[in-house]
Amino acid sequence: MTTIGSLRRRRSAPRASGASTPAPGPQHTSPWRGLWLIVVTFFVVILQAAAPATAQGDGSQVNVEEHDQNIVANVRYNNEPVAEVRVVVSGGGYEAEAVTNERGQVRIGVPTTDPYEVLLDEETLPEGVTVEGENPITVAFGSQFFAPANFFLGEDVRETASFMSQFIERFFNGINFGLMLALASIGLSLIFGTTGLTNFAHAEMVTFGAIIALWMWNLGLPILLAIVVAVIASGLFGWSFDAALWRPLRRRGIGLVQMMILTIGASLAGRYIFLIFIGGGTSQLPGTGGVRHQIFGPVKLSTVDMVSMGLSLLVLLAVSYWLLRTRIGKATRAVADNRQLASASGIDVESVTRIVWVIGGALAGLSGVLWAYFRPGIKWDMGVQILLLIFAAVVLGGLGTAFGALIGSLVIGILVEVSTLWIPSDIKYVGALGVLVIVLLFRPQGLLGRRERVG
Amino acid sequence: MNWGSILDNTLSFMLSPETIGFMLAALGLAVHFGYAGLLNFGMAGFMAIGAYGYAISILSFGFPWWAAMLVSIVGAVIFAILLGIPTLKLRGDYLAIVTIAAAEIVRLLFQSRVFDEWTNSADGLGGYHDSFRSANPIPEGTFGIGPWEFTSDQWWSRLFGLFLVALGLLLVWLLMRSPWGRVLKGIREDEDAVRSLGKNVYLYKMQALIIGGVLGALGGVVIALPSAVIPQYYLPSLTFFVWTALLLGGAATLFGPILGAVLYWGVMAFLAGLLPAMANEGWLPMSSTAAGNFRFVLVGLALMLLVAFRPQGLLGNKKEMTFVK
Repeated sequence: MTTIGSLRRRRSAPRASGASTPAPGPQHTSPWRGLWLIVVTFFVVILQAAAPATAQGDGSQVNVEEHDQNIVANVRYNNEPVAEVRVVVSGGGYEAEAVTNERGQVRIGVPTTDPYEVLLDEETLPEGVTVEGENPITVAFGSQFFAPANFFLGEDVRETASFMSQFIERFFNGINFGLMLALASIGLSLIFGTTGLTNFAHAEMVTFGAIIALWMWNLGLPILLAIVVAVIASGLFGWSFDAALWRPLRRRGIGLVQMMILTIGASLAGRYIFLIFIGGGTSQLPGTGGVRHQIFGPVKLSTVDMVSMGLSLLVLLAVSYWLLRTRIGKATRAVADNRQLASASGIDVESVTRIVWVIGGALAGLSGVLWAYFRPGIKWDMGVQILLLIFAAVVLGGLGTAFGALIGSLVIGILVEVSTLWIPSDIKYVGALGVLVIVLLFRPQGLLGRRERVG
Repeated sequence: MNWGSILDNTLSFMLSPETIGFMLAALGLAVHFGYAGLLNFGMAGFMAIGAYGYAISILSFGFPWWAAMLVSIVGAVIFAILLGIPTLKLRGDYLAIVTIAAAEIVRLLFQSRVFDEWTNSADGLGGYHDSFRSANPIPEGTFGIGPWEFTSDQWWSRLFGLFLVALGLLLVWLLMRSPWGRVLKGIREDEDAVRSLGKNVYLYKMQALIIGGVLGALGGVVIALPSAVIPQYYLPSLTFFVWTALLLGGAATLFGPILGAVLYWGVMAFLAGLLPAMANEGWLPMSSTAAGNFRFVLVGLALMLLVAFRPQGLLGNKKEMTFVK
């Protein structure tokens, strides 16, 4: 019994830490970095000069001799150690503090193997720098007698830029995020419109695109070609998903509620298949992060950001053209509007549904690739992380309306990014989900939907 | 491969607090979905509120264990009302999306560093057991037979959980054979017909949401009783696991949720032992960790097969499930 209990817990542990400690890799570069390097070098020089006087007795090694168990904390900023930072260890009535040495390290002895809380005193950090991720960190001892606690630092943006410039920067980030959401939302909304299916497995279609892109790149394809292959594969995936599962079920006349629960089953199964294939870690596509160029005023975008926004815009324009000007596109909107009526007017509803699944899949796959760049990183449950934002966007715009989904996505994307000016970033999705609830309270048909749909 | 220990673990886990908590949560979901036809995909939110309400009341406010449980119940009632106001007038799929979103809001708030003082953010809460254990009437020692050999404290949390399950069963049984229950089933079958009889459908749905939500919150409490409260546990997938257990047993039946929870955790515990062992023996082409995760793929497939081919579950009657359309 205990084995299973601990198995379960162990399974959840890496996820917990993965969610809260951002990968140290892609840091935003800024003038602060240069300045910071100088500060670090300065401290290093000072400490080296002072070293003989404080050798052994320096404040970074506390109670190491007294206790068998040691907690080692590392403080790093852009992979450089940070010295002179106060770290406090507490737990079980015991408390000790130390100051990091030139290697950015403290070693503190603790009396028992119980979990301890390691707190970094942010007051002692240099100006403009703050802890990214957890602080305090709770450390637990495994079988060893020492436990690590790593702090990663980042720029404290709030204190270094004016409100307006931050607002504009977040706003552009929000547009980028919103365009990416729109790609996924339009597919979801069209699929809902044409088949009535609330597809929770759309999240896995998003993840699928990113994973195929990664695999193709690992096979040696250039990244742009890898993305094209991923989008095509996602379209095929959408088609086969419909052909293998949903079309037979529609033929059987299975209920919509049952279909919805089926998509949840498919979503669970798909997600854990991804986990088995790519493991629980995060992988990066090439070019992630990168240098951010100053475009105008405070707006800084990396090459990937710009390509991503341009690509989304282009694809969204193409989809709009397709929906508004082509025969199939018009037929799609007709089916989304009223399946029976469209069928009675001679539209081949099944073939439209097929096309919608292909396009929905391809768009979701592309948005997965862009989400992998935006997050950044490819992870087995990356799609589920934005599934509810996609739903919020679709509901805000009006379930079943393609252009509603586009507008809804932009609103949600901008809201999520800009709201971090006022609320902590770890609850930035709460605002978007709150919008979802409020929209349903006051205008359940969404911005562009019609009243009758709500039923 | 050690069949003995795998089987032992399986049987033991079928009587774990987690299984008992799932019984309560699935029973609550049966009230929501099976009897009232409400597509509640936010059960994880109710369970989180139950668990956190219990843990925070004890740790931050020094409540005794029974008062902390009352706090959980009150929390669930408030959450149900807040959730029901915007959603109960909407169609099923909207309700599904909003409940899942509301449960995520709850989880994100508990996980956020904003309320770190009370929730301990991502690390979760532990060490609130003293009050409950001090009320343990069972003498010290280890009792039981075979796989069900537990210490006094372990028995206490299990027996208390089973007592709550029994209470819940009695409550649901009495409610569903009362006129109130018949109206509720009527709403499930045809809302407009019931409305035309002059019943306030909204109010009935709200009451059902509250009752099921309280059962779910108590399920969260029972799971948390002997262990810890970790925000990552209350992901939407937890809701779907409870759904799988419910649909396995039978959504519109009294004992379906109980049977479903026992079978669900029995199979999960069995696979948790079997699959990694098979991978270690080289019978599966994957690592033992991946093999352990493979059981969640099977959960997803089981959920799909159940809904497609036997929506009434093991104990249910197909006629009771005509509302699922």
